[in-house]
Amino acid sequence: MQEKVLMKGNEALAEAAILAGCRHYFGYPITPQTEVAAYMSKKMPKIGGVFLQAESEIAAINMVYGVAATGKRAMTSSSSPGIALKCEGISYLAGSDLPALIVNVQRGGPGLGGIQPSQSDYFLATRGPGHGDFHVIVLAPASVQEMADMTLKGFELADKYRMPCMLLADGTMGQMMEPVVLPDPVEIDTTPKDWAVTGTECKREHHIVNSLYLSPKKLEDINLERFERYKKIEEEECLWEEFMMEDADICIVSCGITARVSRNAILEARKQGIKVGMIRPITLWPFPKKPLLAAADKVKSFISVELNMGQMKEDIELAIRCKKPVYGCTRVGGMITTVDDILASIKEAEKGEE
Amino acid sequence: MAVVFDKPKSLTDNVLHYCPGCTHGIVHRLVAEVIDELGIEGRTIGIAPVGCSVMAYDYFTVDMVEAAHGRAPAVATGVKRSDPSKIVFTYQGDGDLASIGMCETVHSAARGENITIIFINNAIYGMTGGQMAPTSLPGQVTQTSPYGRNTETQGFPIRVCELLSELDGPAYLERVTVNNVKNVRNAKKAIKKAFQNQIDGKGFSLVEVLSSCPTNWGMTPQKALEWIDEKMIPYYPLGVYRDKDGENNG
Repeated sequence: MQEKVLMKGNEALAEAAILAGCRHYFGYPITPQTEVAAYMSKKMPKIGGVFLQAESEIAAINMVYGVAATGKRAMTSSSSPGIALKCEGISYLAGSDLPALIVNVQRGGPGLGGIQPSQSDYFLATRGPGHGDFHVIVLAPASVQEMADMTLKGFELADKYRMPCMLLADGTMGQMMEPVVLPDPVEIDTTPKDWAVTGTECKREHHIVNSLYLSPKKLEDINLERFERYKKIEEEECLWEEFMMEDADICIVSCGITARVSRNAILEARKQGIKVGMIRPITLWPFPKKPLLAAADKVKSFISVELNMGQMKEDIELAIRCKKPVYGCTRVGGMITTVDDILASIKEAEKGEE
Repeated sequence: MAVVFDKPKSLTDNVLHYCPGCTHGIVHRLVAEVIDELGIEGRTIGIAPVGCSVMAYDYFTVDMVEAAHGRAPAVATGVKRSDPSKIVFTYQGDGDLASIGMCETVHSAARGENITIIFINNAIYGMTGGQMAPTSLPGQVTQTSPYGRNTETQGFPIRVCELLSELDGPAYLERVTVNNVKNVRNAKKAIKKAFQNQIDGKGFSLVEVLSSCPTNWGMTPQKALEWIDEKMIPYYPLGVYRDKDGENNG
């Protein structure tokens, strides 16, 4: 057990990646995640790791692809516009069944947008970031502690299911400082993977890391196998946290920084006699549909609190099969929902206004 | 009976999909012979591009990775940085290396990344059916320059070795061709040096091979080989453009 330290979210995740055995980081400067690259550039050379500032986001993700093909843990980090550029490489990672961790410390968009916090890459992350039919596991931390813990979890899940995993943080999570207990270092598994390119040593058939299949039947089979894995992930890897849901009439659904603000709004609403609770999705893909559907039989309505124009709201409506109304409480452009914003939405939901 | 000629060990038994008269087969063979002769088959990892040689992973017996279009040098960088004791090469065409992947090419060269690049320049996009490449010659007729490459609107061809020779990073840059026996022998020497450099830790080595595409050039294989002499070599002079060993610095 390590001792409690005060750290910035971006630095906590960088250190956690090192503790997770990641020795290969490829990045490119972009606000608000540049601290990750700065941290790695200082640390990696001292521990025999590799830090490389790539010529572009595209090159960085393809360097990750190269390391991942050799069976080692690799990561890159960026923020929204940079993640858009990485989508090609993420699709190739998914298509070649390679594990990797991609960190997205989101900022406002679209286009160059702004540099303040946002959750507007929800669709991008949860709908398979890139061309083709695929998913990445999406983790949404809501504290600096979770920035560290989810980094470890992300590597584990990526390795377990041989697929890319995205740590989807909002800018606040990257920038804020909180006490954190860093995870214990992970023993690095150096057993060669039976699919990785490590050189044949003239002792085995060659390994090919590839996503090209010109036979439609073969490509269909490979997609079907991949989606069997996704089904298993949906059944076994969903993470969420419930807060004051036991007697709740209204259920807030929120992740990241807005979940933190929502907690305060819930406590305030309860002081005013309105029973509000929260289901906080921790995995955004797979989305925690089961607890939401279960809650739909108990609560009068839902409120989706998020820093975009209502992207997660669609997933909530799907999860609860539109059994109850879902209200939206949204701020965008780098603005963050306040307790008052959320209280106003709670009162709207309480009255049952459309 | 003594064997005087055999298939290199580093080539699989798969039948090459290349068109009749295409010189990819010759270059594949040269790369495989070099890998055999240097005894590095067990520790070599190849990166296949997008383009005609996209399925190179099926032809070499070494471990192979298929990269996205143009990204082979970045993928090679990842593989090499993961384990510098491995010998990592990319095999790329002109669209892949000099157009969509020019950024990765220039920066891996500038870093002096200790990898080997085999660059096939046949002045056309072959796989997609003969469109204008960054290396198509002025006036060259292709599917997307049907009136001949007009340098006023479609710009000029890029001479990759000359361009990279402006950088401090590369250890070795040479342009060769494989249109006759003598040139094939020279090409093999260059490819061998480019791999030997990596073994010796000398850094970024690139061999540009002027190649033929009879199908998309609309020529017989024989005529296509002559076209290399008549048209390509005058625009893309053969020779050493960088050699950090100190000889023939271009």
